Amino acid sequence: MPLSVQETEIKNPPVSRPPLDPHLKALENEAIHIFREVAAEFENPVMLYSIGKDSSVLLHLARKAFFPGRVPFPLLHVDTTWKFKEMIEFRNRIADEYDLDLVVHTNKRGAEEGITPFTHGSAFYTDVMKTEALKQALDAGGYDAAFGGARRDEEASRAKERIYSFRTPDHKWDPRNQRPELWNVYNGMIRKGESVRAFPLSNWTEVDIWRYIQAEDIPLVPLYYAATRPYVERDGMMILAEDPRLELQPGEEVKHGSIRFRTLGCFPLTGAIRSTASNLDEVIAELEIATVSERQGRAIDRDQSGSMEKKKREGYF
Amino acid sequence: MSATAASTSATILPFAESAARVTRDARPLRLITCGSVDDGKSTLIGRLLWDTKAVKEDQAATLARDSGAQNDLGLPDFALLLDGLQAEREQGITIDVAYRYFSTDKRSFIVADTPGHEQYTRNMATGASTADLAVLLADARAGLLEQTRRHATIASLMGIRQFVLAVNKFDLVNYDREIFDRISHEFREFALSLGVRQITAIPMSALKGENVVSPASDAMPWYEGPTLIEALELATARSTQAGGFRMPVQRVVRPGESFRGYQGTVAGGAIKPGDSVVILPSGTVANVSQIVTFDLVRNAAVAGDAVTLVLDRQVDVARGDLIASIDAQPLTGTAFDAQLVALQQGGIEPGKRYWLKSGSRRQRVSIEPLSQLDLASGQWRPHASTLTMNAIGKVRLAFEETAVFDAYDQNRATGAFILIDPDTLNTVAGGMITGKRANLGGLKREGDRVVLSLPADLAEQLMASELFASRREEVEIKRVTAAEAATLWRNAGSDI
Ligand SMILES: Nc1nc2c(ncn2[C@@H]2O[C@H](COP(=O)(O)OP(=O)(O)O)[C@@H](O)[C@H]2O)c(=O)[nH]1
Repeated sequence: MPLSVQETEIKNPPVSRPPLDPHLKALENEAIHIFREVAAEFENPVMLYSIGKDSSVLLHLARKAFFPGRVPFPLLHVDTTWKFKEMIEFRNRIADEYDLDLVVHTNKRGAEEGITPFTHGSAFYTDVMKTEALKQALDAGGYDAAFGGARRDEEASRAKERIYSFRTPDHKWDPRNQRPELWNVYNGMIRKGESVRAFPLSNWTEVDIWRYIQAEDIPLVPLYYAATRPYVERDGMMILAEDPRLELQPGEEVKHGSIRFRTLGCFPLTGAIRSTASNLDEVIAELEIATVSERQGRAIDRDQSGSMEKKKREGYF
Repeated sequence: MSATAASTSATILPFAESAARVTRDARPLRLITCGSVDDGKSTLIGRLLWDTKAVKEDQAATLARDSGAQNDLGLPDFALLLDGLQAEREQGITIDVAYRYFSTDKRSFIVADTPGHEQYTRNMATGASTADLAVLLADARAGLLEQTRRHATIASLMGIRQFVLAVNKFDLVNYDREIFDRISHEFREFALSLGVRQITAIPMSALKGENVVSPASDAMPWYEGPTLIEALELATARSTQAGGFRMPVQRVVRPGESFRGYQGTVAGGAIKPGDSVVILPSGTVANVSQIVTFDLVRNAAVAGDAVTLVLDRQVDVARGDLIASIDAQPLTGTAFDAQLVALQQGGIEPGKRYWLKSGSRRQRVSIEPLSQLDLASGQWRPHASTLTMNAIGKVRLAFEETAVFDAYDQNRATGAFILIDPDTLNTVAGGMITGKRANLGGLKREGDRVVLSLPADLAEQLMASELFASRREEVEIKRVTAAEAATLWRNAGSDI
């Protein structure tokens, strides 16, 4: 008797949608291929899950890649404890709904020493609570491959990033020593202690991400959609003012306005934009006329144009 | 980068009401750009990104700040937009392949940007491996250089069948039509000699943006061909839908006792439930009962699709196997001919055992170099020793276990491979299968002697001849049956 997929029990069976256009289909196929290749070639992969829109697309593709099986690796969230509250709620709901193994890691030492983005400055804080925390989590899990949602069009230093990005045992990225990557034949051979970061979304652009979210109806953290929210203005950024840890400085006041976020991270470091785009169609329409690239909302990139490369060399994802 | 932004920028592109919702009816076109240093490649790519509005405001601001002085047209130094890595920027050279993205209403594009200096063979091979089309730059003042011919040769070797010749800096030659005609004619002849027939030559000024995204009918009223972007929009994205069905098995999925599926990306042809397939190298036969994807069960899959196949019977299928149509099977054997590009310092050593990865299969192989391409003359010269970095060689592959390939010109996915050095684990070569080699050809060399396998009667006649008697030292004749001889000689095609 032929084996049939209907006989198997599938949690959250997918719904039928109109087919993707060939452009998105090609990107999707490529991402699925990468997911399967890494899952097959590495002993202990993990997916870095940042709860943002790129991570949401990445997760959706992972579910597609392994269907009708479960996603065969855990999701790792590095929780700085300074994420937006809605992000954490969303993360927990998604992990439950999609039957995922979720690993949450916080840099205990940093947390105990009271390192915060307010007291220690964004660079030091990021180094401890994100970069160091990520290394700790990867070491603790003994992961030999980590999926990430980085795209080559995000930032100049990413344009040369491989799909399999090779890392030394201490998680260093050496831009001069990356392996050549030809066709879609990936070299997954590594020594003990070495690892790769794998980037299934390498060839996607920001517009592709949004169009795919729309076409596939992928749920996102509501902060991506405009609503009237409290905020304070600081250093030219609009910071969400709902967490009691945000202390107002002299001259600052909480305002209310229709805002949304183009990128999500730690709330003190992530600026909102003024917007009335309260659903996906409106966000995309707004994106069409926007000419400010998405990372601009992040304090981390703004010092000088080589800064991301420096952070990558040091192990920042 | 925004699709609508692209539409508003250029006069030739109609304004779309909602570009993000425009369904693109084509896959992204992948292209590679090649040129010698100073031909204007960075300027051209910068111009493409700029004129399709792929450069966002803050990036432009960074650019303006970093470049300090702007050029005489008040435009930023586009090259800075492209140089990603600090080390390279400091040295003022590009040393690797970078990928750029831009789009118009009609299509999106992925550019592999490769440098023009000495390491170009390695980098070009990498960039060209996935490209559908090559844009070759020439400085209008200098015409075709040896370098341009080299780039074209490498691109054609890597399987690129569409060329655009960008005759750049045309503003510096008074937009002289004769210059364009001469360079484009010369290039056409050369490309044809490489077997490339789809050739578009375009006179342009990357600096001024003439014939890149916007037409230049004022400066060049005599030119009636497409702009670069039009040529790219019209180009065909490679497809391997013709030919037999191929799917390398990436993994086996068993979510429960009742389901067993084989996951992979269709590498050629098409498949539908009911089709008979063969699993290679074992040769087991089965029928496809279901094509499963997350978007429910499908009634067909074509090249490029990532799917899960269910077969109608319990068979032994593992990662690395190739599922192929039964009536159009690939080549199987333990000896193949190939061309390869050496990518690393140590080169490719004769006799050394490497890992070869093709599709999802990794196996041991040893390499016997036969000849090396002299890029300056385009000639293959006998070469049996180490192929040094950047060398392009013809080699013989000897496997310890059965290998399965198509010829690269039949199927780029099942005809391509990489070599991995077992000591460094680095990727040391990219290769393309040209054909299968019989282990025992009808005609082969053993030491100084030629071994000739012939049907017994013919063998006897020949051995009785005077000519044979006089050259006994040079030839050995083996008697085989007529049928064996026929097989040997058929397989020996590549030996002769
Ligand atoms: N007049 C003129 N100059 C150009 C043109 N394209 C590039 N250039 C100049 O040629 C020089 C080399 O260009 P660049 O893009 O850096 O070359 P690459 O080495 O091929 O990347 C620069 O000074 C450019 O401004 C063109 O179409 N016309």
